[in-house]
Amino acid sequence: MTAGEPAIVFRDADKWFGKLHVLRDINLAIAAGDVVVVCGPSGSGKSTLIRCVNGLERVQAGDVVVLGDSITKRGVNLPALRTRVGMVFQSFNLFPHMTALQNIMLAPMKVRKLARAEAEKTARALLERVGLREKADAYPANLSGGQQQRVAIARALAMQPKIMLFDEPTSALDPEMINEVLDVMTALAREGMTMMCVTHEMGFARRVAHRVVFMDEGQVVEEGTPQDFFAAPKSDRGKQFLSKILTH
Amino acid sequence: MNYTFKWSVLWTGESGRWLLQGLLTTLELSALAWVLAVALGILAGALRTVRFTPLRWAATSYVEFFRNVPLLVWMFFWYFGVPPLLPRGIQDWLFNHGAEFWAGMLALGVYHGARISEVIRSGIQSIPRTQFEASVAMGLTTFQSYRLIILPVALRLIVPPATNESLNLLKNSSVALTISVAELTFQTRQIETYTARAIEALTAGTLIYLVLCLSIATIMAKVERRYAIPGLIARVGPAA
Ligand SMILES: Nc1ncnc2c1ncn2[C@@H]1O[C@H](COP(=O)(O)OP(=O)(O)OP(=O)(O)O)[C@@H](O)[C@H]1O
Ligand SMILES: [Mg+2]
Repeated sequence: MTAGEPAIVFRDADKWFGKLHVLRDINLAIAAGDVVVVCGPSGSGKSTLIRCVNGLERVQAGDVVVLGDSITKRGVNLPALRTRVGMVFQSFNLFPHMTALQNIMLAPMKVRKLARAEAEKTARALLERVGLREKADAYPANLSGGQQQRVAIARALAMQPKIMLFDEPTSALDPEMINEVLDVMTALAREGMTMMCVTHEMGFARRVAHRVVFMDEGQVVEEGTPQDFFAAPKSDRGKQFLSKILTH
Repeated sequence: MNYTFKWSVLWTGESGRWLLQGLLTTLELSALAWVLAVALGILAGALRTVRFTPLRWAATSYVEFFRNVPLLVWMFFWYFGVPPLLPRGIQDWLFNHGAEFWAGMLALGVYHGARISEVIRSGIQSIPRTQFEASVAMGLTTFQSYRLIILPVALRLIVPPATNESLNLLKNSSVALTISVAELTFQTRQIETYTARAIEALTAGTLIYLVLCLSIATIMAKVERRYAIPGLIARVGPAA
């Protein structure tokens, strides 16, 4: 990737699940250091969109270029690309047979081939950073949802990614745990991480996002600054969507 | 009833030695077949869950072919069917080196491998797909993801049905007597023939199978507790 080139580019991208057209002619460019919040009604294609960034889904037409590499090319090295793109899921997905520390050390040791001692040092520092130093030896089942999600973020950061993808990271959490996760994400954004977050946390979007992308029925209906979008969405569908989520 | 038991037939003459040899052969046959079955079971069970169709198809063919033909037929197949297809020299060598044992071992291992693979496949499929996605999203390859995450978790979940299948394998090793492997059942029949004491000989065989199976079940229960996933141990009893 050369300087000035966006970190993520969608170019005329389309995707179908069978007959269902889930992404329609997506054009999107996300600059390095940008924090972009993706929102829209359920089923609008938000998850599919960010899963196309690390190749968990493939677009069938058009192109997706991540950190300078097209991921639609034949023979693309997906594992290598994925070490530079971290992902956090709604359902945490910690590995249940490993402690928090082991979860974080796994990829650095198995993919980066770091020595155990070095991987452990980094992992402990990351746990400290997400406020869970004392939970290093806890198993996922013995952590609260918020704690599990913070470990999951630390695990993704352990590979020192250039981009972080979040797919509704707080939707499965009890209200009192949402903020502890959002705080970690906010700190990450302030440090200049390139972030693509699917979330309905409008407070987070207002405070942290540089841009909001609003999707409906597989299309990017509008994009703009959070201030503009939340104050006065340009599209009718955007207005409808906001009226629904803001009244709850 | 005017039958007088004569238990001493079990330890006079050759009986004791025969029983011991039968026990050792059964253990050896079952242990080797078990290793083969578990290896094939893991391989086929895992391949049946991958995206790449030719591999999935190959594993499915193996499973459906081997588990849907009776074990006895497989014993005959490996013992009477396969050797004539081999070069003369290898045939001779085989029949001088316990061909019936190796045929029995292959039949047991390949047949139970197909059955164990179904157990392992169901274990893998009970793990949410997002676990796999989370592991490849960190840069692990599919192979690494199976080796480090999917299989270690699946194997922990399937200890109870795998125990059941292992006991079946041990008990089915007795079918090898039909191709004259001198395993435990074969030896109890021999004692019966020599002493005309069927009930005593069968009782001895029965008790030995019972003790073997109970020991295996106990060991597997310990393994299950030892490797239980924290938080998923609710169904397992307290540590012994
Ligand atoms: N693997 C799949 N196979 C078939 N259809 C799928 C698959 N994944 C998603 N879909 C469908 O594609 C559409 C877009 O799904 P997607 O998960 O991207 O929506 P979303 O905006 O993330 O919704 P939500 O807010 O509910 O998470 C939906 O209609 C969904 O049912
Ligand atoms: Mg979604």
